Amino acid sequence: MIRVEPRPAPSRLWNALTPLLAVALTLAAGALMFAALGVGPGAALRTIFLDPLFDPRLAAFSRPQLLVKAAPLILIAIGLSLGFRAGIWNIGAEGQYLIGAVLGAAAGLALFPAESRLIFPLMVLCGLLGGLLWAMIPALLKAYARTNEILVSLLLVYVAENVVAWAALGPLRNPDGGGFPGSRQLSRWDAASNPELIAGTGAHWGVVAAMLAVVLAYALFARAKLGYDIRLAGEAPRAARFAGVSPPRLVILCFAVSGGLAGLAGIFEATGPSGQIGIDFGVGYGFTAIIVAFLGRLNPFGIVLAGLLMALTYIGGELAQMMVGIPLAAIQALQGMLLFFLLGVDVLSRYRVRLGRARPADVAAAPRAAEAAE
Amino acid sequence: MTPLLQIDGLTKAYPGVVANDDVSLTVLPGEVHALLGENGAGKSTLVKAIYGLVAPDSGTMTLEGRPFVPASPHAARAAGVGMVFQHFSLWGALSVAENVALGMEDPPPLRDLARRIRDVSAEYGLPLDPARLVGDLSAGERQRVEIVRCLLGRPRLLVMDEPTSVLTPQEVDALFATLGKLSAEGTAILYISHKLEEIRALCDRATILRRGRVVGTADPKADSARAMAEAMVGGTIPEARPAQAAPGAVRLEVRALSLPAPDAFGTALRDVSFQVRAGEVLGIGGVAGNGQDELLAALSGERRSPPGAVLMDGGQAGHLPPPARRRLGLLSAPEERLGHAAAPAMTLTENALMTGAARRGLVRRGLVSWKGARRFAREVIEGFDVRTPSTETPARALSGGNLQKFVIGREILQDPQVLVVNQPTWGVDASAASAIRRALTDLAEGGAAVVVISQDLDELLEIATRFAALAGGRLSTAVPAAGLTLDRIGLMLGGAEAA
Amino acid sequence: MPVIDLNWTAFLASVLVVSTPFLLAALGELVVERAGVLNLGVEGMMITGAAAGIVVAIETGSPWAGFLCAALGGLGLGLVFALLTQGLQSNQVATGLGLTLFGLGFSALLAQGYVGVPAPTIGGPDLGPLRDVPILGPALFARDWVVYLGLLAALGVWLYLFRTRSGLILRAVGEGHDAAHALGYRVRATRVAAIAFGGAMAGLAGGYLTLVRVPSWTDGMTAGAGWIALAIVVFGGWRPGRVLLGAWLFGGAQALQLRLQAAQVPVPVELLSMSPYLITIAVLVAISVRRRAGGAAPACLGQPFRAGA
Repeated sequence: MIRVEPRPAPSRLWNALTPLLAVALTLAAGALMFAALGVGPGAALRTIFLDPLFDPRLAAFSRPQLLVKAAPLILIAIGLSLGFRAGIWNIGAEGQYLIGAVLGAAAGLALFPAESRLIFPLMVLCGLLGGLLWAMIPALLKAYARTNEILVSLLLVYVAENVVAWAALGPLRNPDGGGFPGSRQLSRWDAASNPELIAGTGAHWGVVAAMLAVVLAYALFARAKLGYDIRLAGEAPRAARFAGVSPPRLVILCFAVSGGLAGLAGIFEATGPSGQIGIDFGVGYGFTAIIVAFLGRLNPFGIVLAGLLMALTYIGGELAQMMVGIPLAAIQALQGMLLFFLLGVDVLSRYRVRLGRARPADVAAAPRAAEAAE
Repeated sequence: MTPLLQIDGLTKAYPGVVANDDVSLTVLPGEVHALLGENGAGKSTLVKAIYGLVAPDSGTMTLEGRPFVPASPHAARAAGVGMVFQHFSLWGALSVAENVALGMEDPPPLRDLARRIRDVSAEYGLPLDPARLVGDLSAGERQRVEIVRCLLGRPRLLVMDEPTSVLTPQEVDALFATLGKLSAEGTAILYISHKLEEIRALCDRATILRRGRVVGTADPKADSARAMAEAMVGGTIPEARPAQAAPGAVRLEVRALSLPAPDAFGTALRDVSFQVRAGEVLGIGGVAGNGQDELLAALSGERRSPPGAVLMDGGQAGHLPPPARRRLGLLSAPEERLGHAAAPAMTLTENALMTGAARRGLVRRGLVSWKGARRFAREVIEGFDVRTPSTETPARALSGGNLQKFVIGREILQDPQVLVVNQPTWGVDASAASAIRRALTDLAEGGAAVVVISQDLDELLEIATRFAALAGGRLSTAVPAAGLTLDRIGLMLGGAEAA
Repeated sequence: MPVIDLNWTAFLASVLVVSTPFLLAALGELVVERAGVLNLGVEGMMITGAAAGIVVAIETGSPWAGFLCAALGGLGLGLVFALLTQGLQSNQVATGLGLTLFGLGFSALLAQGYVGVPAPTIGGPDLGPLRDVPILGPALFARDWVVYLGLLAALGVWLYLFRTRSGLILRAVGEGHDAAHALGYRVRATRVAAIAFGGAMAGLAGGYLTLVRVPSWTDGMTAGAGWIALAIVVFGGWRPGRVLLGAWLFGGAQALQLRLQAAQVPVPVELLSMSPYLITIAVLVAISVRRRAGGAAPACLGQPFRAGA
């Protein structure tokens, strides 16, 4: 007989092991999926996970891409992790990312073709504000009208996508672009570009911002009263109110941080790797970041590792599409599976799974079980 | 007489604890049999086994001479066993008739059922309207729904788990009349309670459980309540006493406090006024759901009121949030330990920080001093004899009594001017309960003002210097506790003497 | 269902068609939420159904086989959700999101060779003289089978929830799982069944998109319809009749903006495209303001159930 018993506290060991286990299970399931698609599983997995890093011909191009793709994921996921820890669900980071990019780009393009060192910082600031303000819509509605923040933040993604399309076809369209949709190339305008800071690494300002965010988030949860308040609100909302944590304040704060960071990621992308605002600017970083946040166990350093892994699947996925003909959608399915497996094996850190009957002399669980028994 | 229910050598173990250890028990037809024991003694596990909710590891049960192995509550009900739960197994959003239907094996169509509910409730003096939503009923009416639900199944054995904890003394009398009628008709009643005077009034025989074992039987008509209590605890119980200090200046004053109900099934506070002086323990009695949680929330600062409605040492405090009230010395401890007074998954250190941040200087410039928080947690653990492996143990791993000592100790060690506690000894073993009561009277004698909100009238009569009753969100005028009788209190709880 | 001319018959007809996927998905989620489970994966189950439906319909040439597999696709994903949340005690919000993210990728994978391929579609019942009623006849009584199936489903869900014992037990599980458990009802089994039903309905809704409404496949074609269905459940106050009204309201708004786009009114097309989402948000806000004193949501909605020992 299999018994599942709750642990008094989540197991730290399993907490660290479950993401690895989930990755392993995903690889196994992925192999099956590729086999079903008629692709050699070994070749597919190697192309996705190893070639971008180690293939002598490809690595020179792929390795820098790792940071390029990981930076927005990490930046957004760090922001989301605050809310997720507090039980506040911003799942519209994709929208905040898009609006941040549009507002930041608009601020810059309004000054085109000026050359000033202040333009790029101004754009970054506007990008942050754009994401933050967009996030304030669900936040204020949640805080003061108790409207479900999950639905509102998500629905606003579709609105934001239309705003991007409108901007790319209308006000931000490149007047010298021969009628093609899309803004001017921001990355080719020195005052607005977000260049690679160290050649060959892919590190741009977004990477710097992501690293800063990771360190700050770590400090927040390790030392700050605010980090404690966030955790308390997530663990026990009533206890948090009793302690004096104001739920509306916390909602607004968590949305402000996650929206702001998503907006930052957006403007760094628009001025750097993407280079412009086109109608297809959104590639789903805001959604993948949700997986990154969970895979990293809402822990800042875990998020770094998870972000790098997810970035690898993006790069490897593109490679696999070219080399072995695996559709990009397979990668998205793989990412979704990873989240499933992660949520599934999480049972191991919260519960003790045992074979056979209960042993009566387990001292650690005694007091809790005594209460359960009464 | 052949026993109705016979239990032989029933054993049930959970990981880490043997809840029932070789328990044997017989219930005769028509008798009212009491099951006595402290929290954790194994009473609930035993009745859950009888009701088919728990499968025993070993042991046998027979019902009317036939083997009785109920695989589920359905089987138990089909065999003639009914159960009234301590925490009602009712649905607030469903109607009385729907609630009753859910407790029957083969309910008739709702219209016929409504008629039968009216018939049975008239027969046993338990008036009920089948169409009403249970969420709108009082605690006493809800219990009627549970009882009527059982009676419609014509049970031969009725199990009642702490049925009077939510009733006023008058409602208790009415319940006992119903139970007497049932017992006279031949229905046996297995009655779980820790209110020994009630058991003496109602029960024919008593079986006493301690730590999962049967430690003896008692004759409720002959044995004293004190003797039964000591058999339950397995030792002597120190007697508590009211605080002895002369009342000083008014510390906390509440003036015409009115607050709307926080949610659909909550209670509005109506024009609540009282004063507490230094050195006093004000006991606020009342049946669950009459505004206790709401009053505590209004005093702790979880809910705000007009500034002048709550006065702390004469200064306006009604508009202040919890941390600001704590800085003024107004501290509190809510009823629900896990999830309200403490965060279950967080460590004792983290839980110490929860309310101790301001008065113990555990946060500077937004940063937490974990060292300080750990030291504070250790002080509480040592000062209040909290049994725990370490300060880094999660709150939910502690037993109810130990966690309650931690919660009360956490507030007392912050040197409060006023301490408000709700149900301070609910679900706590006798020794922890007496330690907590002692700590509260000591605090008052040290010059603090203490407000104890409790449904346990015996507790209030033990430690309170003044007494007020909370009924329907209104508070009666406070009267000296010395010389109060249960009858008088009953009238106050019924709202007859509400101010 | 292209809308070209501006007449009432065509408009009413398109409202019925556009609202059908909303209705099917929302009715499924209504039952799930009544059982106390919040499944945010409607979008994922819906699009998986859409992909499974069109692939099977094209391969077999039978739209009905397509609908069957659409329902099975949604049900399969629903069972994954049930396994994770009911069996392995995972967080319902996160798992639902995972369902949606997975479904978007998986469906694109499933239907990758079928982009733009027209699907075989279905007919409708012959309602005889009813069709000849002026204006209303052609609009209301000449629709396909699934439109009427959706209306019947609304009635069926209402009858089930409020007129059967099984429905009463399902509501009891959603309103108080501890009480239901204490009286011997199987909380998990009830919830798994509800989730499976919700999945099948979402799958059907998706199948309707690819087999009737569009009828062909493009990646991500549900475009938030699953989320709007979730909002409709809230709008409908967890009651089948009002969910039907909600589906018509949102279907009407959608049909109207499509007609305005087609008529090339001088409003930016993006503004029209975003209007259904904005309307949904506005309605959600209006409801939450009105229900400040506590809503009609099932009391255990989204809460994990753990049987006390």
